[in-house]
Amino acid sequence: MANWKTPEDLKYAKSDEWFRVEGDVVTIGISDYAQDQLSDIVYVELPDVGATLSAGGSVGVVESVKAASDVYTVVGGEVIEVNSQLEKEPESVNSDPFGKGWFIKLRVKDLSPLNGLMNAAAYIEYCSSR
Amino acid sequence: MENSTPQPLEKTSYELSQPGRQGIRLPDPDVPLTDIPADLCRTDLDFPEMGELDVVRHFIKLSQFNYSIDKGFYPLGSCTMKYNPKINEDMARLPGYAHVHPLQSQGTTQGALALMYRLQEWLCEISGFDAVSIQPAAGAHGEFAGILMIRKYHIDRGDVKRTKILVPDSAHGTNPATTSMAGLQAIELPSDKNGDVDLDVLRKACEQHKEELAGMMITVPSTLGVFEEHIVEIIKIVHEAGGLMYMDGANMNALLGVAKPGELGFDVMHYNLHKTFSTPHGGGGPGSGPVVCNEKLAPFRPGPVVEIIEEPQDEDDAPLYGWVMPDKSIGRLKAFHGNFGMHVRAYAYISAYGSDLPKVTHYAVLNANYIRARLKGTYLMPFDRMCGHELVIEGHWPDKAPGVHALDISKRLMDYNFHPPTNYFPLIVPEALLIEPTETESKEVLDSFIEAMLKIAEEAQNNPDLLHSAPHITPVKRVDEVKAAKDLVLCCRPTHIESAEAQ
Repeated sequence: MANWKTPEDLKYAKSDEWFRVEGDVVTIGISDYAQDQLSDIVYVELPDVGATLSAGGSVGVVESVKAASDVYTVVGGEVIEVNSQLEKEPESVNSDPFGKGWFIKLRVKDLSPLNGLMNAAAYIEYCSSR
Repeated sequence: MENSTPQPLEKTSYELSQPGRQGIRLPDPDVPLTDIPADLCRTDLDFPEMGELDVVRHFIKLSQFNYSIDKGFYPLGSCTMKYNPKINEDMARLPGYAHVHPLQSQGTTQGALALMYRLQEWLCEISGFDAVSIQPAAGAHGEFAGILMIRKYHIDRGDVKRTKILVPDSAHGTNPATTSMAGLQAIELPSDKNGDVDLDVLRKACEQHKEELAGMMITVPSTLGVFEEHIVEIIKIVHEAGGLMYMDGANMNALLGVAKPGELGFDVMHYNLHKTFSTPHGGGGPGSGPVVCNEKLAPFRPGPVVEIIEEPQDEDDAPLYGWVMPDKSIGRLKAFHGNFGMHVRAYAYISAYGSDLPKVTHYAVLNANYIRARLKGTYLMPFDRMCGHELVIEGHWPDKAPGVHALDISKRLMDYNFHPPTNYFPLIVPEALLIEPTETESKEVLDSFIEAMLKIAEEAQNNPDLLHSAPHITPVKRVDEVKAAKDLVLCCRPTHIESAEAQ
């Protein structure tokens, strides 16, 4: 069976995004499990810096040789930075999903929806059950 | 020698071009010549210059690299690649149909109009609906028509807040795309363990969006190849919330003469004549995607449609057919009247089957279940239940053959001279392979396909490299899918034009 990485300091959504909280800034990406399921990623569509995203809304689209999928955020806020390197090197989502493969940074007022997310242990269990 | 990219199997027509070479010689004109205004003329025209024999050999070679239903089994799930009977082609080439012009007067096109009228009647009868427009040019175009009709229906009643469409997560990608194109918003619904719509989630979504629910799009049988068990209940829940029900008719091959969507309670649906009624598709078709609906939506159909304008005076007389625009029509969706050549072929196909049409479905469902039964135990099946006209299996063995993916199985099938099934769709099944044999294949063909699948399952464990490096016998070997998706080369033009543009 595959052995997916799940860093301890992150929160995980059922739709396979990870969330890193630093003060009121939340960094969002997709999990190792998600990139493994998608296989080779060929394109990532990201919002503009300054855009306002609503909680539960779409962050962007990730496209692999298999499929195109929406990426969602559980928290709303203003986009303060996007990983523009992904335009040239979408494959870094495959090689380094929690590092170079991050998607966006949001400035968030209400962090409370993050409380409903899974920790690493719960997320591993969730992935294994699928 | 330099280790360069492999030689192409066949040069492009531009590379084959020789200056001054000609394929045809025009006769001297027998009418006076007119000077073409100088500003409408150009000095050069970049067409390849080739002799007739060069052209014939070029295209014959290309066609031999191709794979088609006339060459072999083509179980491409969701696409219904059934055999296209040649009688359909004969009928479409009858001069009265092939040479008719859409701008001809009504009086000179009564034969064509009669055919379209009867086809309209049959499509209503087969689906259990009241009204139809055969104008849409393909399935997604028919979807677009249907969703625009739903939208206009709500707006016409002054209920302008209804902008949300529910779409199950197993849906064809065209469903949410259609919704967005129509200016509405798609809301995804998860499937339950059996591949059906989760009724509790549906009820909650209907309650939550009660004021804004425009409708729901659903495929029956679903893209997972299973008949939605709660379809009547689903329709009831959505109707009670004020939404309309759209049926994606892509899988009508599983319903002919067996169930009528109009009677199940659907409000509107599209057909794919190129799937269900065997008009050729793939490689550009063209397709045809008639939209059928109940009385409620009939005024909103795209048009014009064919109607009887004058009833016959006596028994020996024929009615007069003509074009009529439905009174609240969403408008015209295509120039003229849709892909008429496809209407002729579908008409010929339905005529040939007549009252035997239900057998199409009987054999399509039987063939799919035969494959399912024989692959069970060797391949993982996400749903252990009877399937419709197609089946979904999982193309991997995480424990027994780690590293082997659905794509490897598909590529290896090409070495056995079969077209691969649909890969990685539906999205909700891991390593999905969607297999649709259709009714036109014999037991011998199905058996040889099954034997190949069983053999590939053995190879996956004993010699996985054989799968990873497949296909081995095709003119083009394993292609680089990542490069194909990332580095788009959208057209092939003469190099001197490309270099001129670059300057």
